[in-house]
Amino acid sequence: MLRYALKRLGLGIIIVSVAMMMLFAMVYVIPGDPASVALGPRATQEMVESLRARMGLDQPIWIQFARFYMSAFRGDLGTEVLSGRPVLTVVLEQLPFTLTLIAGAISWSVLLGIPLGCIAAVKRGGFVDRVIGVLSVAVIAVPSFVIAIYSLLIFAVALQWLPAIGAGEPGNVISQLRHLILPSLAVGLGWVGYIARIVRASMLETLEASHIRTARAFGLTDRRITYSYALRIAVLPTITLLGVGIGHMLSSSVFAEIVFARPGIGKLVYEAISVRNYPIVTGAVLVTTVFFVVVNVIADIVIGALDPRVRASFD
Amino acid sequence: MLRLAKIWRIVRRIVREPLGALGLGLVVLVVLSALFADVLASYPPTKLSPADRFAPASFQHLLGTDHIGRDLFSRVLYGGRIALSIALGATGASLVIGIMLGLIAGYGPRWLDNILLLVFDALKSFPTVILALTLVTITGPSLMSVVLVVVLVSVPGYARIIRTQTLVLKSAEHVMAARSMGAGSARILTVHILPNVIGPILILASMDIPVVVAIEAGLSFLGMGVRPPTPSWGSILNDGFANIRDSYWIVVAGGLPIILTTLGFTFLGETLRDLFDPRLKGRV
Repeated sequence: MLRYALKRLGLGIIIVSVAMMMLFAMVYVIPGDPASVALGPRATQEMVESLRARMGLDQPIWIQFARFYMSAFRGDLGTEVLSGRPVLTVVLEQLPFTLTLIAGAISWSVLLGIPLGCIAAVKRGGFVDRVIGVLSVAVIAVPSFVIAIYSLLIFAVALQWLPAIGAGEPGNVISQLRHLILPSLAVGLGWVGYIARIVRASMLETLEASHIRTARAFGLTDRRITYSYALRIAVLPTITLLGVGIGHMLSSSVFAEIVFARPGIGKLVYEAISVRNYPIVTGAVLVTTVFFVVVNVIADIVIGALDPRVRASFD
Repeated sequence: MLRLAKIWRIVRRIVREPLGALGLGLVVLVVLSALFADVLASYPPTKLSPADRFAPASFQHLLGTDHIGRDLFSRVLYGGRIALSIALGATGASLVIGIMLGLIAGYGPRWLDNILLLVFDALKSFPTVILALTLVTITGPSLMSVVLVVVLVSVPGYARIIRTQTLVLKSAEHVMAARSMGAGSARILTVHILPNVIGPILILASMDIPVVVAIEAGLSFLGMGVRPPTPSWGSILNDGFANIRDSYWIVVAGGLPIILTTLGFTFLGETLRDLFDPRLKGRV
């Protein structure tokens, strides 16, 4: 088990390093000089030169590359161009808002998706199963930002049931929760569909397994078999799915944060781009990528702990 | 003639499934309305008429007008051209690159395979939209940036599947036979492996079309995709979002075609997949 965990962790670290290499290549090798981009078209040559020197862009490329790596591993992602604050601090300030949003989205998807998938599996082939199937595909297909805008239009603007903008008053949990409902639904709705489908599929598979047949032969009730024996195994794939899903949810949360004017990583990046605040953009990409890889490593280790077959297949 | 008969048989099988019929209907609707946009639209998509700004839906303007008086119905029709041509172009480009990299990874030396796998994993570990925003900051908003984003996002998926199948086929009997008769790598890859791996990937690519439509619309909604005044469903949403409280019909006009297109292609793709490749069923 430990060997598996360490291997998985090692692979995670390698992936992050390669991702950093690509990010570096994108930012520094593709034409377009970060310093002149940051200062805008009206900057004088001297201003550009001095910023280039301050950002270390006048050094040879391999020195820049080594510096980028070394400082990133020390947690130093550079300083913001305008205010001079450390990028890492700025990004970490916004991270909790995005994480809350994603936690809300996961709650929606698990609380709705697992029961729906379960019902579909129990009523397989029936009308209810078909309806759940079509709805799952539909919510997966429609992009989350359209769901965000339409739910804002319906529930906040037309019906005025829920607030339209912001993350709620600081310290007021009720207000924060009310502000969380619509954005997290927009991010999570598609995942309700994914989870319902995967739970249905793995439930059907599990119900055929020999230990379930044995349980049935021993005369246990269908209810007992479905909900306490089969479901326990059938929800396992959702962990892997959610691990991958976090990356997509990070993407959707960019839209949700912009549509609902919520603070968070997505909004930070979006605003940084419009004022060409370069270090913030790369810093945020790096933090979210590391976060995503870490979540996946954890998901894989959890799955490996629960299911020895996964551990074996990794060798 | 034979081909036509074959296509007709496939269409009949699709239409027999309710979901397939709905999907095919929506796709045909979207494709036709984009193809005949210039016939169907009653106004040029970029024609301003400030006197008619913020007009709700009426017989003159079927979907209303936007903040500078452009006819939304016409903009939606022309936006379909943009959405579909980007979807086709970008998916095609990703397929070509993905297939080539997948074949190389599967058939080439072990070390190259390992490097490519790492690159795919690393690319997949960037959150799509944030990666897209970063790229667009560097390259500037344009059609090409949208295509580039789509290629970067979808190539790893295609390449991985092609790689796995190539690995299996590498030691298949017919490939061995060809090699023992002196066929070179290029011939083996194109004649003996590619035809066997291309089927499932085409179905998967057709299922990715809604994703590409969503990426284009999403980037244009953020003002990072197609540049104004070119009509795009995403930029209509952007125009409408600024005025959502008073003129709801603008966001409705921008969102509906996105919903119909993504649903149509997804329903059609799911039906195709279930009909032709049951092995892919349950892949999410």
